[in-house]
Amino acid sequence: MNRYLLSVLSISVAAGFGLAVSVPMVSNHAMAQGWQPKKPVELVIMAGKGGGADRLARFIQGIIEKHKFASKPFVPINKGGGSGAEALRYLKDRAGDPHIIMATLNSYYTTPLRNPGLGVDVSKFTPIARMAEDTFQLWVHSDTNIKTVDDYVKAVKSAGAVNWKMGGTGKGQEDSLVTRMLEKKFGIKVTYVPYKGGGTVAKELIGKHINSTVNNPSEQAGFWEAGKSRPLASFTPKGKLSGRFGKIPTFEELGYGSDMVYYMQRSIIAPAGIDREVQAFYVGVFDKVYKSAEWQGYIKKKGLIPGWLTGQALTDYFIAEREAHRGLLKAAGEIK
Amino acid sequence: MEVFALLVDGFVITFEPLNLALVIAGVVVGLFIGAMPGLGSVNGVAILLPMTFLVPPTSAIIFLAAIYYGAMYGGAISSIMLGIPGASTAVATTFDGRPLALKGLADKALVAAATASFVGGTISIVLFTLFALPLAGVALAFGPPETFALMMLAFATFIGLAGDDIPKTLFSIFIGLVFSAVGLDIISGEPRLIFGDITGFYHGINFLVLAIGIYGIGEMLWTIETSQGDVMMSKATVTFQRVFDNLRELRASAKTMIMGSFLGYFVGILPAAGATPGSLMAYGVAKTMAKDPDSFGKGNVDGVVAPEAANNAASTGSMLPMLTLGIPGSPTTAVLLGGMVIWGLEPGPLVFVDHPNFVWGLIASLYVANLFALFINIGFVPVFIWVLKLPFTILAPIIFVLCVIGGYVPTQDMHDVWLMLIFGVAGYLMRKLDYPMAPAVLAIVLGPLAEPALRQSLIGSHGDVMIFFERPISGTIMAVAIILFALPLIKFLNNLRKR
Repeated sequence: MNRYLLSVLSISVAAGFGLAVSVPMVSNHAMAQGWQPKKPVELVIMAGKGGGADRLARFIQGIIEKHKFASKPFVPINKGGGSGAEALRYLKDRAGDPHIIMATLNSYYTTPLRNPGLGVDVSKFTPIARMAEDTFQLWVHSDTNIKTVDDYVKAVKSAGAVNWKMGGTGKGQEDSLVTRMLEKKFGIKVTYVPYKGGGTVAKELIGKHINSTVNNPSEQAGFWEAGKSRPLASFTPKGKLSGRFGKIPTFEELGYGSDMVYYMQRSIIAPAGIDREVQAFYVGVFDKVYKSAEWQGYIKKKGLIPGWLTGQALTDYFIAEREAHRGLLKAAGEIK
Repeated sequence: MEVFALLVDGFVITFEPLNLALVIAGVVVGLFIGAMPGLGSVNGVAILLPMTFLVPPTSAIIFLAAIYYGAMYGGAISSIMLGIPGASTAVATTFDGRPLALKGLADKALVAAATASFVGGTISIVLFTLFALPLAGVALAFGPPETFALMMLAFATFIGLAGDDIPKTLFSIFIGLVFSAVGLDIISGEPRLIFGDITGFYHGINFLVLAIGIYGIGEMLWTIETSQGDVMMSKATVTFQRVFDNLRELRASAKTMIMGSFLGYFVGILPAAGATPGSLMAYGVAKTMAKDPDSFGKGNVDGVVAPEAANNAASTGSMLPMLTLGIPGSPTTAVLLGGMVIWGLEPGPLVFVDHPNFVWGLIASLYVANLFALFINIGFVPVFIWVLKLPFTILAPIIFVLCVIGGYVPTQDMHDVWLMLIFGVAGYLMRKLDYPMAPAVLAIVLGPLAEPALRQSLIGSHGDVMIFFERPISGTIMAVAIILFALPLIKFLNNLRKR
């Protein structure tokens, strides 16, 4: 037994040494008064490890750690089951708990709409902050002759629904709703092939296993830069994107109306029934994250739209978006 | 050649004092994380990711990659010593590693695992160094039909195990497939098989829960029954002389090692596959190739060598799509990819051009990490052996606690701990009835990869199964798979007729 302990201990000591090399653990950073977390904060992620939502949440966690915006660490926990249903239920059951927050995406509305049995009303959660809105573009492979939306519509029509494969994330999720918008607007039909994540979708386009995608900018940026893919139009209002992504025409600019707009919200929320001071603490932390050079740089580089929202305004936004999604899901035949 | 000039630059970076210290620290941390059941490299890398802000990106990736690597070595340790897979990638190592330990040959298994890991790691890094960019094209060529064909090949290697009871093998595979179907169906977006509305089933059944249950708890129950009060598990003694003898004897396994390395590497570079399927497939192939397939599962060194060579090779392989395509080849590289974004690097086709120091520093560090991991592992073998000399009355509670931790950590849900215990009892009963377990584990790993690939292919072809045979790559793989399926079936039917 002693020897077993010895071997475990020696490994632990070695591991501890490793940590010591890499982390000078300084946490004597005294914070301002008000509520402070008494233990590590759970940062629930509504998606699995490695996806876009996960990467973003870990990026935010990184910013908090780097600048010591909080006296206790934020620990990401993935609850991706059932398109976020698991995460929503988890948060509902933790009402009043001050040591848990969640990073959301659009399944925040669509999952409760599709599963009324969950008994989750998202307007009941405590709003913390909307950090940005992610955008969508229509992408094709750069080897094709398709250079404009017109070319695209012609190509889809001449190929026919059977031969035109649109890749995207799971059915009823963002990509499929955007695809539905596209089909309705241009009177086209495509074969929709669902994949597990946006990154895989991007790769499938480059490997020519599918004909087009509606990826987020961050998913296609690398391939675009390498000249492998081509954006045709952006599902944003004009003038909202800057830099490289600002040069992509929007559907509105191309004269297809102002309704061809869709966003993925990136927000932080807390369970229902937490104290005002607790809410204020989290709003303060994320305000600092939002204003950090890292976050502002990320938004610009990855084609997100900045848009800080908090308090009642954020709840109102959630309610408005939920109703919009109710309409979209009905139009797509996903709910009655 | 240009590649060598770049590699030399990479070594210069790796041998900077900070980076070298990080490689060593990373390997040690990784060994520990890998050896702890449930705490695989994914968790280790995710936990330590924020700490990498304190060093430059190249040092950060070197540290995290060393952890990833160390964990691949470490996973084998608890698989062999305690019969609990330390990480998902080490499940296949349990199949033969544990029986070897029970026979008093744990030192042999540990040395074989470390050596095979080293060979697999080194072969794959050489391949990575020489052919990184052309191989990225292979990853791109793999669409849903190719992925499905590959999965069929994997199943075929497991059915094609001459001598096994085919109906029982099939039963085991189907049980695994049913379990793998629990959770969200990504194609329809609906939750399936959640038994009314049990939230714990929303995330599906994590296959580690099944593997730890069957191999940890089930194995423990089995040992309690068979040892019948004989509390000493093993009479293993170890000297450095024996370690060297073991090393010499391993020459007989060279072929298996090389097979495992290449297979693991190629499976690893396919996005989303990762090291676990690679190691399971290598095990299946090793058994099919062997002269005495019956000895597998009862303590054949080749059964340790093949998966260990493959999982290390695959872990290097899965870095390839991460770097060149920005697509993770495994859950761990998905987290590393997140890290690259945080460090301000754009993973993708241009990373080799824009950040040569980062890429070549990483590649060179993997050579060094491998060498360290080998030395540390072999050096520790005598220490590990002492654990086996503990009376089982002490070891059993430790195994039980580790199993519970291992069941909880991946999803942090008590539901999975109960499930793991149920699987443990069920696994014990299945074993009493002489059902093979490995196929069930294989099925729950490959099911979630095979099913979407099958359905995506059929959506694309509008239900025409010819899509699997028309395309050159998937057609070839499918043909091999069908032959492998058919051979034992014909043999089995022949035997039936003769009887």
